[in-house]
Amino acid sequence: MELVIFGITAIVAVIGALAMLLSRNAVHSALFLLLNFSAIAVLYLLLRAPFLFAIQLIIYAGAIIVLFLFVVMLLGAEQVEEERDTLGWQRPVAIIMGVLLLAEVFVVGLGGANLPQAGQQTDFGSPERVAEALFTTYLLPFEVTSIIILAAIIGVVVLHLQEKRQASE
Amino acid sequence: MIPTGYYIALAAVLFTIGVLGVLIRRNALIVFMSVELMLNSANLALVAFANARQDTAGQILVFFVIVVAAAEVAVGLALLVTIFRTKRTTSVDEINLLRG
Repeated sequence: MELVIFGITAIVAVIGALAMLLSRNAVHSALFLLLNFSAIAVLYLLLRAPFLFAIQLIIYAGAIIVLFLFVVMLLGAEQVEEERDTLGWQRPVAIIMGVLLLAEVFVVGLGGANLPQAGQQTDFGSPERVAEALFTTYLLPFEVTSIIILAAIIGVVVLHLQEKRQASE
Repeated sequence: MIPTGYYIALAAVLFTIGVLGVLIRRNALIVFMSVELMLNSANLALVAFANARQDTAGQILVFFVIVVAAAEVAVGLALLVTIFRTKRTTSVDEINLLRG
């Protein structure tokens, strides 16, 4: 049963990613990325990580995709691409390199490595256990994230201020 | 019970699609989405290993990756908007000067 759910979700995730890559319209790309993120959230649930399931849906599917859609529509940048092909020979090289990377990961990850198999304990990823680790062992990194977010806020405000100054000149 | 290898294989496939997106597409917004896809596939691998080893640390790391990704998207999209205001394009081929 679990395997069936995994199979369907994995197919949905890969289709979402491929459609994101191939669609010409940036709005469609963002929506396919949303599909991919949702599928990965379901996989988190299968991996017994309910806290990350909620975080994935709220931050990625909620905040980040909305931000992407907002910027795409604000700029009107849906279709500004590839009237002329500037890549030329680089495109087949990129595809060959991608296939090589995939083959390499499969050989190293699945052929040679001794992967640990899934354990039986069910509550190691419960929100209580995650919160306990987050606020005891990993308290300092947790506080440092506030500085990262503060830096991001200041960065966005500074960028916007420069924009305004240029507009007024 | 699903073998850990299946999750790692799926993460590898998604990561490769992300790499191809960065290499092939010229729209900076799509390149950005591909970077997000790669971050997500790494997160998936981390959660799979956390499940296999019955260790919460993997999930904590994913939490921090998501926080950094959110901050990165906010700054990156602000940069893109600024570039678009001055150069009227989001193609990474046209954005070839360090000055504005």
